[in-house]
Amino acid sequence: MSEADARRGGGSQAVSLPRAFFIASGRNVWGDRLFQGCLYAVIALFLAIMVGMVGALVVESLPAARRFGLSFVFGLEWDPVQESFGALPFIYGTVVSAAVGMALAVPLGIGAAIYLAEVAPFPVRAPVGFLIELLAAVPSVVYGLWGIFVLAPFLRQWVEPALGSTLGWLPLFKGPPYGVGMLAAGLILSVMTVPFIATVGREVLLAVPNTQREAALALGATSWETTRVAVLPYGRSGLIGAVLLGLGRALGETMAVTMVIGNRPEISASLFAPGYTMASVLANEFTEATSDLYLSALVEIGLLLFVVTVLVNALARLLVWTVGGAVKGIRE
Amino acid sequence: MSIETRRFVVNRVMGVLSGAAAALVILPLILVFGFLLYQGGTSLNLDFFTHTPKPVGEPGGGMANAIVGTLILIGLACGLGLPVGILGGLYVADSQDAHLPSVVRFLADVLNGVPSIVIGIFAYTLVVLPMRRFSALAGGVALGVIMIPIVLRTTEEIIRLVPASLREAGLALGLPKWKVTVRIVLTTARAGITTGVMVAIARIAGETAPLLFTAFGNRFWHHGLDQPIAALAIQVFAYAISPFDDWHRQAWAGALVLISIVFLVSLVARLATRDLQRQAR
Repeated sequence: MSEADARRGGGSQAVSLPRAFFIASGRNVWGDRLFQGCLYAVIALFLAIMVGMVGALVVESLPAARRFGLSFVFGLEWDPVQESFGALPFIYGTVVSAAVGMALAVPLGIGAAIYLAEVAPFPVRAPVGFLIELLAAVPSVVYGLWGIFVLAPFLRQWVEPALGSTLGWLPLFKGPPYGVGMLAAGLILSVMTVPFIATVGREVLLAVPNTQREAALALGATSWETTRVAVLPYGRSGLIGAVLLGLGRALGETMAVTMVIGNRPEISASLFAPGYTMASVLANEFTEATSDLYLSALVEIGLLLFVVTVLVNALARLLVWTVGGAVKGIRE
Repeated sequence: MSIETRRFVVNRVMGVLSGAAAALVILPLILVFGFLLYQGGTSLNLDFFTHTPKPVGEPGGGMANAIVGTLILIGLACGLGLPVGILGGLYVADSQDAHLPSVVRFLADVLNGVPSIVIGIFAYTLVVLPMRRFSALAGGVALGVIMIPIVLRTTEEIIRLVPASLREAGLALGLPKWKVTVRIVLTTARAGITTGVMVAIARIAGETAPLLFTAFGNRFWHHGLDQPIAALAIQVFAYAISPFDDWHRQAWAGALVLISIVFLVSLVARLATRDLQRQAR
């Protein structure tokens, strides 16, 4: 409905208004109160959901936390049969796969953001931006499917042997090529987080005032020098925020990683070896948790994941907010 | 090399590098879509839309129950996500309260960053544990909670865009505040709110992780909302990690259908936004 329509709508209301106004001014107050009441009820429900979520995670993980204490975080052994639960292999897997993902996604994402905001000819910007946003809309399970049947075999046959023969002296690239493993998970994560870094980064760069650019250009800087000395430093905290938003997503990503990481709770220096992440152990074992303690241990992993991602996201939002006007970009 | 040439060369190189980064970002999109169209397109047939899965080992069958299940789960999620998201957004945009609106806004942003599998755990403790079984309802709650922050934040921002003059016109005519909100503000913001809702639906349509231990999946037609229900995303996951070639084929077909649904909904969102932009002009 356009503004004009709304005005017309308002007009037709006006005809009946004096009557309504004189007869029912008392009822109007009740209508307002009722409506306000509805809004507060909804807000109360929303707050209850948030509190309930934290409460449920804490309460359900108490048995495991009491039983294992800090050794839960540092324990190496995950043995549901003996009811001995240490989550370190999963924490390690989450951290390493996210690190591999970010190592690729950060330079590519920031580079793409610079291209979209500073370099690309104007007619190219919208379509390329649209394609990158499409990448963000692809469901995780579809990336996982592609990872199993396309990426992992490709890594096993071509990439991992090549890396092994050239960089094999590094512990990172030792061992037999499995295809599925840390490297595949990291690659999938970089594909999934890069659209976030690129689109939020673009918003941040576009929020940098043009006077910054004009000042540098007036001093005779080339366009890259303008970007380097005037645009990037101004948007730095926002760009770090964009990266952290990507990181938050990488840490919590479940399905695609579960499908390509190999799901073996071991710590290995090699990126070729299979691993396990906190999110994927939840996906794989939650329905199989036979004892209360087992379930509690899984929920505690969920709680750890929750705390870490909330911290990363809160920090990210704070940083993006510091670059004025970029707030809109962080919504998705 | 003179300093001028060096600056010129560096400028060119960095421009090319940033373009290469953008190209590399888009490359996976092309690869994923290429395989999806090829593998999914050749595996898709009428049976896929009209049949339920065949018993293990028998080729053929389809995912009719999963397609319907996904639609039902989206409907259930909207039952929770839309009222809370839209009314919550209305409250945050309009309220004169001192602190509560910014608290709600912050919490919505926090919720948006919570991994979907953790939201699944919440739905599990809230619905599955008391009911003592997996159910469509639990899946709907999980997806609904995921929708809330997306709908809430878009609604809020759109409502802020509604010109104050429209509101004032209504109030000056003596309309009660709630009528101004419902009849004038919400109607004006309709297109924008639709966009937010569609973005949220596109997001939950492909969600798998929170459904694994709430909706659980089902190889047959569901019998009531308090029973486990199939979903396209769960089915794709289960078939992808199975050892059977025929199931792999169906997983590709399912993924193609899933992504078609997601993009169709995203397209509607985009069209609604275009209406909005035209309106703003």
